Amino acid sequence: MSLTVDIQKDYGDFRLDVNFSTSGGILGLLGASGSGKSRTLNCIAGIDKPYSGRIELNGKVLFDSEHHIDLPPQKRQVGFLFQNYALFPNMTVRQNILCGMHGEKDHARKEEKLRRTVALLGLEGLENRRPYALSGGQQQRAALARILVSEPELLLLDEPFSALDSHLRERLQMELRGLLAEFGRDVLLVTHSRDEAYCLCENIAVLDAGRVAAHKPSAALFADPGCPAAAVLTGCKNIVPAQKCGEFAVQIPDWGICLQTGVPVRDGVQAVGIRAHAFYPAVPGGAPNAFAVEKCGEMAEPFERVFSFRFAGQSPAAQLVWWRMPTTDCPDVFPAALALNPMDVMLLY
Amino acid sequence: MDWYPLWNSLRIAAISSVLVFFAGIAAAYYAARLPRAVKGLLDVVLTLPMVLPPTVCGYFLLLIFGTRRPLGAWLAQFGIRFVMNWYGGVLAAAVVSFPLMYRTARGAFESFDETLAHAGQTLGLSNTYIFWRIRMPACRQGILAGAVLAFARALGEYGATSMLIGYTPGRTATISTTVYQLWRTNDEAGAMRWVLVNLAISAAVLLAVNLLEDRQRKKAVKR
Repeated sequence: MSLTVDIQKDYGDFRLDVNFSTSGGILGLLGASGSGKSRTLNCIAGIDKPYSGRIELNGKVLFDSEHHIDLPPQKRQVGFLFQNYALFPNMTVRQNILCGMHGEKDHARKEEKLRRTVALLGLEGLENRRPYALSGGQQQRAALARILVSEPELLLLDEPFSALDSHLRERLQMELRGLLAEFGRDVLLVTHSRDEAYCLCENIAVLDAGRVAAHKPSAALFADPGCPAAAVLTGCKNIVPAQKCGEFAVQIPDWGICLQTGVPVRDGVQAVGIRAHAFYPAVPGGAPNAFAVEKCGEMAEPFERVFSFRFAGQSPAAQLVWWRMPTTDCPDVFPAALALNPMDVMLLY
Repeated sequence: MDWYPLWNSLRIAAISSVLVFFAGIAAAYYAARLPRAVKGLLDVVLTLPMVLPPTVCGYFLLLIFGTRRPLGAWLAQFGIRFVMNWYGGVLAAAVVSFPLMYRTARGAFESFDETLAHAGQTLGLSNTYIFWRIRMPACRQGILAGAVLAFARALGEYGATSMLIGYTPGRTATISTTVYQLWRTNDEAGAMRWVLVNLAISAAVLLAVNLLEDRQRKKAVKR
């Protein structure tokens, strides 16, 4: 199973130039709004037409500008779960699901498949309801059922949880994880939420301004985002310009300090990213990367404390630094110095 | 009382409504897809009959379909003469009521959620199926409203009709031309009779529309 996407399109002030391939499993497309995630999905599904490029799915060419191939969406066997689920409002759940089996002529087989899918997705008893009489989670499952019966080769999920209440979200993420494992084909999940991407995807491609900025296994991406855009999207709070000043050291002009790093610094390093939970209390000079700091602000979340602080030599114009930790670990007095494990200094190029 | 005007008015309104229904929907559907500049121009042309006085529309129709005009003369070879024939009334009513159908249908299509059509396409449904089974039902309210407006306008058409087919009792007379003719010839009682007939039809149409909407609302609640 494989999907290869290499497409270009100009949308006036925005240029989409996306290039990635995947071989099985769930690939997350992580990006801020306006980064081209949804446009990429539309191009793969055939709803939108790239200006040039090539899309190939399991050996079948869906789009190839050089050979003038552009299969209509009906012929692509690409399932698309839309953000608003796009259930047909004039049809019941049953009729909606039957729409996914339009090509199946054998009545008995159709009914059997319908019954199985309804059971799989826990939609029993809702078959004769209209979409607006369903909860958000039920709508999502009905839309998924409709797609699964059409037996797509590839499943596209566009922000599948954005229309749901936050307390429902985690439960449905868990459910969807199980379902997708059973589905067993390629899945492309578009999201702007790092948690969703991390929970559901084996690999993540980060989209920034219409381009793929990084493409790695999920855990590797969060450990080492590699570029500023990926660092921001994986939730890194402290990103600051840096210059190489040694094989294992970077100079941070904004903070007036020099940081030791855990991995060798390559030429052309742009910035470093430091996650807000990476700092720990220390005495100045008592550990590698221990520096005197001064507290600026404080905020309590239900289970975590968040501080903003500045380094002793920090320039006044530079942004404050974030530090967060579980409330239970929080010291009573704000420490005079904070330290940082050199391995927690993420180099961004 | 000669009931010919009633029958003639009803058939003119009915036939023109059916024509306008399909033409309006087709024009609205394709216009929604056109580039903006072309759409603007087409919009002006297609909506013009609504803004022009009906007599001006009738004048244009005479210019095109008059038996001494090229198109009119050509059609006359096949025995089709829109001038002074009842089916000319269909043409006049259709031209005048078309913009009402076109504009309301276009409004309905423009508010349609395109992701529904896209979802249908990715599920393998044909574009024809999507149009008739998903787009049209979703836009039903607007399209129905347009059809009713177009029918009512066609039934009440006077200006273009009288220009194109005139008033011949038993041949081209419609309710509205009859009312005018009877009143002009001082038959006020006769005019009043036809006014009452017209009132009855209009009230019946409106009542039917309300009933239909009520039933749909009830059905929707029950589900």
